[in-house]
Amino acid sequence: MSKRIDVSDLNVYYSDFLAVEDVNITLDAKSVTAFIGPSGCGKSTFLRTLNRMHEVIPGARVEGKVLLDGDNLYADGVDPVTVRSQIGMVFQRPNPFPTMSIRDNVLAGVKLNSRRMPKSDADELVEKSLRGANLWNEVKDRLGKPGSGLSGGQQQRLCIARAIAVSPEVILMDEPCSALDPISTLAIEDLINELKDEYTVVIVTHNMQQAARVSDKTAFFNIAGTGKPGKLIEFAETATIFNNPSQKSTEDYVSGRFG
Amino acid sequence: MAVPMTERKRSALTRGRLPTYTPHVVAGSAIVVAAALMALIGFNAFGWGVLSAVLFAAGNVASSAIVEGRRKAVDKLVTSVVVGAFLVALLPLVSVIWTVLVNGVPGLLAPGFLGTSMNGVTGAVDNASVANHTPVLGGVYHAMLGSVLITLWATVISVPVGLLTSIYLVEYSADNKFSKVITFLVDVMTGIPSIVAGLFAAAFFGLVMGPGTKTGFVAAVALSVLMIPVVVRSSEEMLKIVPNELREAAYALGVRKWRTILKVVIPTAISGIASGVTLAIARVIGETAPLLVTAGFASQINSNVFAGWMASLPTFIYTQIMTPTSPSNPDPSAQRAWAAALLLILLVMLLNLGARLVARIFAPKTGR
Repeated sequence: MSKRIDVSDLNVYYSDFLAVEDVNITLDAKSVTAFIGPSGCGKSTFLRTLNRMHEVIPGARVEGKVLLDGDNLYADGVDPVTVRSQIGMVFQRPNPFPTMSIRDNVLAGVKLNSRRMPKSDADELVEKSLRGANLWNEVKDRLGKPGSGLSGGQQQRLCIARAIAVSPEVILMDEPCSALDPISTLAIEDLINELKDEYTVVIVTHNMQQAARVSDKTAFFNIAGTGKPGKLIEFAETATIFNNPSQKSTEDYVSGRFG
Repeated sequence: MAVPMTERKRSALTRGRLPTYTPHVVAGSAIVVAAALMALIGFNAFGWGVLSAVLFAAGNVASSAIVEGRRKAVDKLVTSVVVGAFLVALLPLVSVIWTVLVNGVPGLLAPGFLGTSMNGVTGAVDNASVANHTPVLGGVYHAMLGSVLITLWATVISVPVGLLTSIYLVEYSADNKFSKVITFLVDVMTGIPSIVAGLFAAAFFGLVMGPGTKTGFVAAVALSVLMIPVVVRSSEEMLKIVPNELREAAYALGVRKWRTILKVVIPTAISGIASGVTLAIARVIGETAPLLVTAGFASQINSNVFAGWMASLPTFIYTQIMTPTSPSNPDPSAQRAWAAALLLILLVMLLNLGARLVARIFAPKTGR
């Protein structure tokens, strides 16, 4: 499991508005890539194009190519549902399904698609996914309780468990820690470090220390001004971006002298 | 070392405020003065209550204006107006419930009222029960059965149509022109007078099945015309408040749109949808006009909605009052009508309670 993603000449639109312009980037398999940049520069928008979640918004569209191990996600006849079952996503705010128990939340990807699964297999999948998300020990005695009763950090890890339960190739995380306290954040960062052994992880973050801690490579996005499209400014090893960036704007941003 | 301060007898913080017992004093004197005034012009309890309330409000505001100043006085004036408006709004409700209870309870408790129909109960029977002071015969079983069946069929027609319409509007239409037209027409439908819905159903079935077709099903169609817009509107609102994040979470797991709607969106909104449907039922179960022109009257039990005239509670009340079974002794008919009215109110109340129960049962659990 885990595949690489190659993006070439990607333009992302909201109706007529060009939100992200001309992105070329390669995300390696079994590694963590972080996207950093100021608010509104298109990092999240770009992330959502990687599993075709962008087009859920009315009027949104994409031009260019995104190759998942050589298969173009935006080729004719590609079903976005197939794409999303291979590229999972964790959102900014934890969003467990309120009508489901913790167990059912983990099994949501299976159950919602009405795939039959023997109870023993389901139990195994629940335990494996929750262990994978470092949540098993905290919830193993109350799997039947509603997922919305957990704390914010636990809910977010539940969402990660839900994402890895469908065994995707890639996991996209859109600011997964921005709504969490430092301890929950640490738990998720540890988890990201473990996840990269099996998955390709892409994470959007506003926290530069977090990018420095968890990622192998970092991409810096920036925007020239309001109404202008966001652009990929620089993409390199995380150490290079933070210690020896080649672009002036990257250096300004990572050193806090932005604007 | 600081000496602990003792509490002052007259606090500086309450200077210029009326003592807390003032409202009681004002209320007491208002009641006494009102009684005295009423004694001068002729006493009645209702006038006494209203006059006391007005005097109490005036006394409160005046005393506050003198002692506490303008701001407090305005506060008390507005409080009095708001409470007064609430009481005025409550008055008809309490009055209706009281009247129906007083007039309806004897009939409702009459033996066989809930279990028998009006079949065979003629003017002679009513005359005899008045002359011999025996209990009033005849009951509402046929009307109750008719009301329940007609409303059930109306629900069976309206819920799928209404729910699917609201799903289209919220999930699929993306606010296109067509959806705006639907929304507009639904709003227009909400305002249709109920008799027009009845005439529509009667005319429609008259064309299709032959003139003068009156069955329970025709009535159900007429009621569903009134019910569908209510169901559409309430379900639409409920589906709209399901957070988009949940839809996206399901999409991101590789779940198809229709499965997301069926298994995530609707279960999340089901409590609101169910209580909306129950309230829509409560709204149409008391309709009279459309039933008069679609289901006709009947005095015997008819459990087939597809054939024959069918009685219902509202039309039963109407006919019992307007054309008493025995024109010379209308009292038994009036007693039955009031009892049926009480029964109808009880049914609507039960439906409202049911709606709350349904909402509570289906609501997403939040326990830990």
